[in-house]
Amino acid sequence: MTTTALIALLSHWRRKPGQLATLIIGLGLATALWTSVQAINAEARASYDEASATLGGGSVLVLTARDGRIPLSRWALLRRDGWAASPIIEGEYAIDGARFLLRGVEPLSGLGNGTAIPEDQAIGLAFLTAPGVLLAAPETAELLRAAPESARSSLPPVRVSAAVPRGEIITDIAVAARLLERGDTVDRILVDTRERTGRTPLTELVPALERNTGSANGEVAQLTGSFHLNLTAFGFLSFAVGLFIVYAAIGLAFEQRRATLRTLRALGTPVSSIIAALIIEALALALLAGAIGVILGYVVASALLPGVAATLRGLYGASVAGELAIRPQWWLSGFAIAVLGALAATALSIRRAATLPLLAAAQPRAWAMASARRFVQQAIAALVLLAVAALIPHFFSGIIAGFAMLAALLFGAALILPPALALALRLIQRLARGPIAEWFLADTRQQLPGLSLALMALMLALATNIGVGTMVSSFRLTFEGWLDQRLAAELYVTTRDETQSAQVHEWLEPRTEAVLPIWSAESEIAGRSGEVFGVVDHATYRDNWPLLIATDTAWDEVAAGNGILVNEQAWRSLGLALGDPVRLGTQPSMTLVGVYTDYGNPNAQAIIGLDALLTRYDSEVSRLRYGLRLPPGDTPALAQALRAEFDLPANGVIDQAQVKAFSMSVFERTFAVTAALNVLTLSVAAFAMFASLATLASMRLPQLAPVWALGLSRASLARLELIRAGVLALMTWLIALPTGLLLAWVLLAVVNVEAFGWRLPIHLFPLDWLILAVLAILAAFIAALLPARALIKRPPREFLQIFAQER
Amino acid sequence: MIRITTLFLIALTLHAAPAAGQGFAGLGTEVAGFATPQPAPQFDFPADHGAHPDYRIEWWYLTAVLEDADGTPYGAQWTLFRSALEPSDQQGWSSPQLWMGHAAVTTPSAHYHAERLARGGLGVAGVDAEPFQAYIDEWSMRSARERLPATADSLAALDLSARGDGFSYTLALDANGPLVFHGADGFSVKSAGGQASYYYSQPFYSVSGMLDLPGGEVAVTGQAWLDREYSSQPLSETQLGWDWVSFHLDSGEKLMGFQLRQSDGSVYTSASWITPEGQLTAFEDGQLNMTALETTEVAGRQVPVRWRVELPARGVDVEIAAVNRQSWMPTLFSYWEGPVSISGSHGGRGYLEMTGYGE
Repeated sequence: MTTTALIALLSHWRRKPGQLATLIIGLGLATALWTSVQAINAEARASYDEASATLGGGSVLVLTARDGRIPLSRWALLRRDGWAASPIIEGEYAIDGARFLLRGVEPLSGLGNGTAIPEDQAIGLAFLTAPGVLLAAPETAELLRAAPESARSSLPPVRVSAAVPRGEIITDIAVAARLLERGDTVDRILVDTRERTGRTPLTELVPALERNTGSANGEVAQLTGSFHLNLTAFGFLSFAVGLFIVYAAIGLAFEQRRATLRTLRALGTPVSSIIAALIIEALALALLAGAIGVILGYVVASALLPGVAATLRGLYGASVAGELAIRPQWWLSGFAIAVLGALAATALSIRRAATLPLLAAAQPRAWAMASARRFVQQAIAALVLLAVAALIPHFFSGIIAGFAMLAALLFGAALILPPALALALRLIQRLARGPIAEWFLADTRQQLPGLSLALMALMLALATNIGVGTMVSSFRLTFEGWLDQRLAAELYVTTRDETQSAQVHEWLEPRTEAVLPIWSAESEIAGRSGEVFGVVDHATYRDNWPLLIATDTAWDEVAAGNGILVNEQAWRSLGLALGDPVRLGTQPSMTLVGVYTDYGNPNAQAIIGLDALLTRYDSEVSRLRYGLRLPPGDTPALAQALRAEFDLPANGVIDQAQVKAFSMSVFERTFAVTAALNVLTLSVAAFAMFASLATLASMRLPQLAPVWALGLSRASLARLELIRAGVLALMTWLIALPTGLLLAWVLLAVVNVEAFGWRLPIHLFPLDWLILAVLAILAAFIAALLPARALIKRPPREFLQIFAQER
Repeated sequence: MIRITTLFLIALTLHAAPAAGQGFAGLGTEVAGFATPQPAPQFDFPADHGAHPDYRIEWWYLTAVLEDADGTPYGAQWTLFRSALEPSDQQGWSSPQLWMGHAAVTTPSAHYHAERLARGGLGVAGVDAEPFQAYIDEWSMRSARERLPATADSLAALDLSARGDGFSYTLALDANGPLVFHGADGFSVKSAGGQASYYYSQPFYSVSGMLDLPGGEVAVTGQAWLDREYSSQPLSETQLGWDWVSFHLDSGEKLMGFQLRQSDGSVYTSASWITPEGQLTAFEDGQLNMTALETTEVAGRQVPVRWRVELPARGVDVEIAAVNRQSWMPTLFSYWEGPVSISGSHGGRGYLEMTGYGE
């Protein structure tokens, strides 16, 4: 019996292959969107896990020497004691005037890829044996190969590796030692502290080396958090959009076959057989569409991943493989959403099938009226959700609460859309004059139930677009402005040791407008571990430093050695107010006179006067860095002179413009991914709308036939169809706008604060909204175009037949 | 013997896909510039216990058959391989010498292993002849001079230690017999084409020490066998792998034997019969027979774990069986290596090494 029912149900698709295709494509697209975001996140997470597994779960120590050079024998000592330790030689290397960061790694030291060997390279003999190999990004390799023969003669051959950041060269440590003339020293040693049993403590074994705890890993986790938050939000939204689409697609498939079901029931097919048939059909569709979606998602994720990987590496130094592995967590989750969505949607169909009035004829209007009742329930549910969203921040805090709030907000807004549209249409209908306008509005209302899911998906996609777009643009504006302020000095210099530092300082004094020491000491700030900087009294700070709040005399008090500035993170997490005493380690307290923004830094930080820093911390102060003020045109010459005069460490001289340009380029890349996902989400929503309209078009003939018979031409009807789609899209956009802005607000002011301790100001971009409105209407037109064309082409005979058929 | 192994390594990466005819781990490839073993060698000890950078490959290969107080059998392996990219030695990063350490402990139910890699010239890995010490990272095999008369060979007493995931061991070894020299006074021919290596052993160690395993510490005693071998191209290009055994027979006699499997299906064999006093008789190709009796799946390939080994000239007809059939070394160059029990014409314990299966 089930088989018979199944065959009857399936026969529908044989008659309407187009509908079957739309259903599968819709379901597949939704799955693809979800899968691709999941795949990217899973890949990144797996890469971190792998890195921390190789490196020992955040247990990698970076050993450095005060004077910057570690004797090779220290490394041998570590290995002979049983420590997994890997040396690194790093320095700036100039080839034909161009400067590169040359990094020598030791592939045999047991730290695996923790040694920063690019993950796309098999380190074979060629890497280890003379002359060795230089690994570089394609752009860098191009530059290297273009260098004149004379400059290249001492260099090993270049091999391209997409995993090497631009401007860097990775090679065997022996090659780096030769090119950088390091002799018997290395610059850093990475140590895996996991396998500690039986080893001599590092403090006894290499007491002279500084152990930089966990900085490499803990920070990466914290920092990449902001990026994954972005992606997770997208994953979440795509899930919501996907769910609506799946639901809509299956629901429509049921509506289309209402008559078939009734016939089957009338013929005596048991309800259980019909239900079984529906479930089997839903599962089959879900698996087929799920497979298509997972494959498509893989393609999309593969296309996006290199950008994501480059971003994470460039921005945070986190290494993520540029190639996508097929991991069960994302393809399974892709199938899961397809199957779960299909089953959830089928559950509703099953309920309807079970309660299907056996002899009642199809009554579209009655059905619409029944939906009016549903709309009321839906509106109530929506209002409850929105109220929950509004109340969450008052009662809960934390990142989970932030996401819960997002969820409540989005589902609430989605649910309220159809009732709100119905209400708006009814209000407009009161104002409408003329039979056609009235019919048009009434007919639109009647179509709402069938279209509501597609419209909800469109609304979510638009809201996401507005929300994430606002967040990204706000972030970019803020970040750009902040970089300008924060990087006020033209040149930044890092010296190797204090002797060199003093020499450099003396040398620079007559050659620049100002030498601003960037000296700091590690210290507890009101009980939180952090870093304290000392500044000289200089206009650079007064004019540029980005203060969030401050007393009028803040800089005077800092200069006088009484006042302290803290970063936003410390201020928020400690709940400080201006005028509060701030304790520094075991030192006497200082008065809080201002708060500055400090994006990207997960830790507490404070600024006090330079003299106060030296008095308080004395020997603990690291006195190696300077910011230099000079006419911008003079920077290249001075940078070159500095490098020539002193043996500075890698990246010892950094040009402010270079840092800014780099930061911004990384930023653009980050958000290129966001933009791509935005476009995809919108396209999926548009497709959902197309699917719904196409389906409805075939079912709506009975409503259109009388209007046609009354004299409206098929072309006018088609035109009205297009206008309807546009109007609905416009109204959806109107509701999406506040939803999207709220979404941006939640992301910037709630989730960001919870996650990173800083709040980003919201900036509004009305032009973007208008463009989006045009896009939404355009998408709706395109979605309506095919059904409208079909309407025009439909032979009058079919319109006439409506009157002949008892339906 | 032939523990040729492996390492060799690293050279494999050179020929990413070893074409047929290059032998296991690229060992059959021709190399210029390296010294080659010559007949009638004159060893100079203790210097020759140390490294020979002019030769391409060299190893210090120790296997121990052990048992605890209850008689449960264990096996331990400690190996240091040297592989030279060029026939020279220098200090610092540019040393062309590469070192690879393998250590393992085999129990009837588990096989623990570890691998360490290092380059030479940096004090991380190497071999000093006097006082004798072979080391890589914290693993070491060093002469226990304090247990020896001043005139004794420095290999006659050794302290051995190694550690890896899930295991570590410290063993004390004391030889109660002399060094023995395989082939013709230590010149060991490896093919009909004349490929050869220098090859000598110390097969007479008695061992005591501790294994530290996940289940706790285990005090063990037993016997051990140290192989020293160096060469520059010990395999013919048509030899694909080998099966090698060392037997500590209950009679006090020792047997070392191997067969090199050649691409035409034939084998090249060699064996050494060693009396308890250290008299070695070498048996040329064809006198030793090794017949696989049963294979088992190890690491996704079929590997023989039960053999019939015959040396008719000495009345040997024994069957050997792996203590643990899964004694697989999944290292850079993977192979099977583990303790075996011996029964038949002779009883005893031994070690079996097999390479080139399913590569």
